[in-house]
Amino acid sequence: MLAYSLKRLLLAALVVLTVSGITFIMTNAAIDPAKAIAGANATIEDIEALRRSFGFDRPLVIQYLDWLGNALTGNFGESYRLRTPVAELLLDRLPVTMTLGGCALLFALSLSIPLGVVAALKPNSPVDRLALSLSVLGQALPTFWFALMMIILFGIVLRWLPISGSGSWAHFVMPSIALGYYATPAFMRLTRAGMIEVLASDYIRTARAKGLRPATVLFKHALRNAVIPVVSLAAVQFGFMLGGSVVIETIFALHGVGFLAWESISRSDIPVVQAIVLLISLFYIFLTLLADLLNAYLDPRIRVG
Amino acid sequence: MSAILEVENLRVEIPLATGTLVPVRGISFSVQRGETLCIVGESGCGKSLTSLSIMNLLPKRAKRTANRLLLGGADLQGMDERAMSDVRGNRMAMIFQEPMTSLNPAYTIGNQLEEAFLRHRKASRREARERAVFLLEKVGISAAASRLGQYPHQLSGGLRQRVMIAMALMCGPELIIADEPTTALDVTIQAQILHLLATLQRELQMGVMLITHDLGIVARVADRVAVMYAGEIVESGTVHEVFSRPLHPYTQGLLRCIPVPGKTRRGSHLGSIPGVVPALFGEPTQCNFANRCEYATPACTAAPVPLTPLSEGRAYRCILPVETCIANQARAVAA
Amino acid sequence: MATSTVFGAARLSPEQMLAPSPMALLRRRVFGHRSLMFGIIVLGLMVAMAVGAWFVAPHDPYAQSLASRRIPPIWHAWFWDNPKAGWEHILGTDKVGRDYLSRLIYGARISLVIGIATMLISGIIGTTLGVMAGYFGGRVDMVVTFLITTRLSMPVVMVALAVVALYGSSLEVVILVLGFLLWDRFAVVMRSVTMQARSLDYVTAAQAIGCSTPHILLREILPNILNSLVVVATVEMANAILLEAALSFLGLGVQPPLPSWGLMLSEAKEDMFFSPWMITLPGICLFLLVLSINLLGDGVRDVTAPENRN
Repeated sequence: MLAYSLKRLLLAALVVLTVSGITFIMTNAAIDPAKAIAGANATIEDIEALRRSFGFDRPLVIQYLDWLGNALTGNFGESYRLRTPVAELLLDRLPVTMTLGGCALLFALSLSIPLGVVAALKPNSPVDRLALSLSVLGQALPTFWFALMMIILFGIVLRWLPISGSGSWAHFVMPSIALGYYATPAFMRLTRAGMIEVLASDYIRTARAKGLRPATVLFKHALRNAVIPVVSLAAVQFGFMLGGSVVIETIFALHGVGFLAWESISRSDIPVVQAIVLLISLFYIFLTLLADLLNAYLDPRIRVG
Repeated sequence: MSAILEVENLRVEIPLATGTLVPVRGISFSVQRGETLCIVGESGCGKSLTSLSIMNLLPKRAKRTANRLLLGGADLQGMDERAMSDVRGNRMAMIFQEPMTSLNPAYTIGNQLEEAFLRHRKASRREARERAVFLLEKVGISAAASRLGQYPHQLSGGLRQRVMIAMALMCGPELIIADEPTTALDVTIQAQILHLLATLQRELQMGVMLITHDLGIVARVADRVAVMYAGEIVESGTVHEVFSRPLHPYTQGLLRCIPVPGKTRRGSHLGSIPGVVPALFGEPTQCNFANRCEYATPACTAAPVPLTPLSEGRAYRCILPVETCIANQARAVAA
Repeated sequence: MATSTVFGAARLSPEQMLAPSPMALLRRRVFGHRSLMFGIIVLGLMVAMAVGAWFVAPHDPYAQSLASRRIPPIWHAWFWDNPKAGWEHILGTDKVGRDYLSRLIYGARISLVIGIATMLISGIIGTTLGVMAGYFGGRVDMVVTFLITTRLSMPVVMVALAVVALYGSSLEVVILVLGFLLWDRFAVVMRSVTMQARSLDYVTAAQAIGCSTPHILLREILPNILNSLVVVATVEMANAILLEAALSFLGLGVQPPLPSWGLMLSEAKEDMFFSPWMITLPGICLFLLVLSINLLGDGVRDVTAPENRN
């Protein structure tokens, strides 16, 4: 167990190192950071001076190691654009994105698990077919277009919800739905398949033979086992949602990490971009570890050796 | 003695695209208090569906009909799912074939033992726990109290089947239905489990309906036997009657398949019954066993064969007279 | 009487009806599968439109006309008596007077080119890695698993956006970026199906009699993984199309004046309220294209492996 955990951690560190390395080198190789800092009106001498003072004249690998060393202490450098420490910017924006991701996940799960259960109870029934059709249609809907359609309907025509900003809970309703619905089909299919398999299992027959009430059989004995894979998928999906937040936050002008990423990318604010990519891949690694832990927590066969 | 379970003309039908499958075709039997009835037959003869249909746990598509289906005098057919669930696990309980998969992996043994008791009795958690410990000890599990916190995967197959038996006993049922309870276990464990079942049955005066394909088990635990073939009972009687004087050619063939220590000579061939079970679609038009029977005559395929009662509980389904059957058996054993 | 003999010859003989050939069975399943037929027909129409765009499109998709800006589609003439709408521009025009139908037709080209090219690049990378990991196992598998984890931990949209923004946005850059980002599913699926295929008895037998590795991979493994490959390929093609649209919508994908559907949506954003068709139509096109590709993939899976259905 200890050896396994150590191996996992080592792998995780290696992944983060690779991702940050790729990002750092690709972003720094693409443009001249000194020019980006100096602005359009700078003279060649100014740029040269800047380059030396920031250490951009050193080899990329050295610069990367330098950056990594600082990153480990929580120092991600300074934004070229806003002249504030990147770490501060991120901390400021992170709550919005986490809230968005959490709400989106909650929306996806609370829609897909009941649908999956109902579909599994009566396979090939009209309800099941409807749920499957919805999931096929949902999978083909472009997220950002779905968001625009919602804006037109609920924001402009009906005027129920605000269409941009992040001031109140109402600002999170449409973005959460737009970000969450895309994961719904996968959750639903997994719940449905799991339920169908579990409901046909011997221990469900045992539970019924004990005379337990249908609700007890369904929720205590069946659902608990059927959602184990859904829970680990949910953890991983949460990571993908944080990454996907860039599109949704941009459309709704929700001031989270995704919006910050888009702003920084379009203005070549490289330190911010590097930090965000590193942050998201760290989150992803953390969430896959969390998924394993959750799995072990829910499945005694893994937890109790 | 009074009957715990009375079954008359039980049928199970499964409508399929190609026709209606009738895996159980009008069988009748009863189980008395303190008695073990064994239902024997090869796989696919409908014995498991018979047990599930009594519990009303058949697959959704299957339909059950019967003239009478009484548990301790109460009509099971008239009960809706709610009333039925009050009976299941309470007045009758079931033990299944696969102890490895019949327990929920996500909950502790204690939890799964207690829940049936909590469901059917107005009892506190503590009482349920005490009952669980008492029964685990009864089924021969050591350190019972500490087992309650364990998960199924931490127990061996034999232990799990003991837990399943304890679970069936939680509410003190009048009838236990055991469907091949030892098939998945090692031979040594099999003997222990059967012995345990027999002891408990005597002690608690329950009716036991044991489903098996193993005649060795029948000989050891049964009071009475019903032999099933292709969805029908082909012979029934006390274990002594059936084993010492089998009448139906199928029963005779089955008995010839078991080696008897001291009698079966080393190197000699054990019996076998050639042929396959007929497909069980629609109504029978002839003796179902005729295509595998060495004594078959044209009369056997002309019309279905009714069950001929001989005495109380003794019957056989063959057009040959009893004397001919006995003579056939004698000749076959001699050869 | 000539017609009756023709019909007579086409009728199946009793033997054929009792034991249909595998091809006939497959044909029957394909035609009986409604969503697969829908996918084939819609995708076929889109491809035909894209290929014959210069012939099908009524106007030059780039021709601007100040006089005919923001003309609504024809149904505005039918239902709201809008005098501007008419047959000249069936689906209306955009804010610089370009014919919307023609732009949509040419847009299908871009989506299909991006979808197919990305699918090919990522398919080659992912399948190679996955098959190698699944077949050789051990160290190779460890390295590939590491690569997959690394790739999965990179946020696709952000990395794609960053690369396109920094290296210049063009069709080629978008294709290359997406191709190098979307191989993970190919690798994951191909790895596991190859592992399964490798443990099949006849593959072991082929190894035992000393067949060469390329021979085994091509003759024994490939036929087994082809089904999954087709399904993943459709999923990734659809994915690439959606991602390109998202990038272009954010202004960091294909550049104007190319008629990418995502770009059209981006350009129509400010006209959302007064000219809603501008935002509805490209979205519906995207939806239909992605839906038909997904249905094709699901259908192929159902038809070739009916025992695996749900």
